[in-house]
Amino acid sequence: MYSELVMDHFTNPRNVGEIADADGIGEIGNAKCGDIMKMYIKVENNVITNVKFKTFGCGSAIATSSIATEMIMGKSLEEALTLSNKAVVEALGGLPAHKIHCSVLAEQAIKAAIADYYRKQGIDPEPIVGCIEDCEACHAHGHEHE
Amino acid sequence: MKRFVYADHSATTQPSEHVVETMLPYLRTYYGNPSSLYAISDQTKSAVEHAREQVARALGAESKEIFFTSGGSESDNWAIKGVAHQLAQKGKKHIVSSVFEHHAVLHTLDALKKEGFEITLLPVHDNGIVRVEELTAALREDTALVTIMFANNEIGTIQPIAEIGAICKQRGILFHTDAVQAVGNIPIDVHEMNIDLLSLSAHKFYGPKGVGALYVRKGVRLPNLIDGGMQEVGRRAGTENVAGIVGLGTAIEDAVSTMQERNQKLILMRDKIIDEALKIERSRLNGDRYQRLPGSANISFEGIEGEALLLWLDQNGICASSGSACTTASLDPSHVLLALGLKHEVAHGSLRLSLGAENTMEDVDHILSVLPRVVDMLRAMSPLWEEIKKQEAL
Repeated sequence: MYSELVMDHFTNPRNVGEIADADGIGEIGNAKCGDIMKMYIKVENNVITNVKFKTFGCGSAIATSSIATEMIMGKSLEEALTLSNKAVVEALGGLPAHKIHCSVLAEQAIKAAIADYYRKQGIDPEPIVGCIEDCEACHAHGHEHE
Repeated sequence: MKRFVYADHSATTQPSEHVVETMLPYLRTYYGNPSSLYAISDQTKSAVEHAREQVARALGAESKEIFFTSGGSESDNWAIKGVAHQLAQKGKKHIVSSVFEHHAVLHTLDALKKEGFEITLLPVHDNGIVRVEELTAALREDTALVTIMFANNEIGTIQPIAEIGAICKQRGILFHTDAVQAVGNIPIDVHEMNIDLLSLSAHKFYGPKGVGALYVRKGVRLPNLIDGGMQEVGRRAGTENVAGIVGLGTAIEDAVSTMQERNQKLILMRDKIIDEALKIERSRLNGDRYQRLPGSANISFEGIEGEALLLWLDQNGICASSGSACTTASLDPSHVLLALGLKHEVAHGSLRLSLGAENTMEDVDHILSVLPRVVDMLRAMSPLWEEIKKQEAL
């Protein structure tokens, strides 16, 4: 079902864990839907110098979290914010149609972590990051399935 | 070499060598249409009738009460829609079933509901077993049919079929059971248990896919589901799947004759899995501890998601199933697990291990050497588990 690259990121996930003194933490998803992603970032001079994740979810949720951390490591916050779920899917060499929502969660988790960073800096994140849609109901990302 | 352990027998089984051997001549040599008159068709015709006797014997039925179909789903559709349409003419438009039936039953009932039938779905409570007193209370003057599965496909719980059969007989209500998971695995006698209609599928007991049967008690009037030629005495049209039917006959005879010995072994293996898996913290067995299929165990692990668990088991050569939404294209976890009252997040972390004839205690040991490790690893990266532990500490 999954590509070799997806399985590689699932079985050897990159950047798993927490950052004790993180500058920003973002959590997205909920237990009821079966997936929660939590991203920790360390920011120096507007650049993401470290990133870690923890994910409760299926194989593709873990794989998308893993590759997304690689894709934003060492990037400026502005660059990281441009990371789209489509880019994550492409980097993984594709995902089954009903797993696309996992890549949306990865994109949102990064945005949530960056928003948290701005908030901690006393900056209103909304004009920069935009509105982050939390997965309030499974049906919100359910449409991605179809 | 990596050990391969197939522990998904509730999904399907590997056809036995004996089954394949008996089927091959009907693919290679005896290809005659059983309906034809020439000599080479005599062999196929008598092979089909021999298989019918084998199926009848395994169920305590008569040959003429057995009709071959394409499998469990067709048998369920035929039995339920047939009885419903037959008895609707007498004003009986109420059907009693349970919330955790297979979709072949539930979706058939949905279709009938749209036609104006009334459906009562009984709860199954936290042990995954229908309560007979609740069933009795649900019966009405206009109840046409009771359809309750013999054993559940996901959690393996066995229903009180003989008791339900006795009540239905007493009340003059027809009783169908989807016995797809039970046939060949636990003893069944349609007369002793007062079963009027029973669905079965060959691939669940070491037979081929795409073939099954419906037992219809003598005297039960059942309109056709598939109209056409005069096969199956005009009650189920379509040229017979001769090789499949022969395989079904062999498989059911073999499964029943080896059942006792196999089950002694399976129960020991299943119980070891349950006992050991439940030593993992925050795990639970889904469904009654004892009233279950000999090879079937369904366990939930909090804080992890089932598909990730299955992928890791697969990496270790273990084939299993889960009731997580992520293993299907649907959004919700299994209706069976939710029917037991499990929270969504606990249902997402379920694992079904279903053992069968070829499994050994070494297989069980392999599963048990991998499982705790994989659960630990997934929990270590799970923010949900982190939250559970935080709550625990409070």
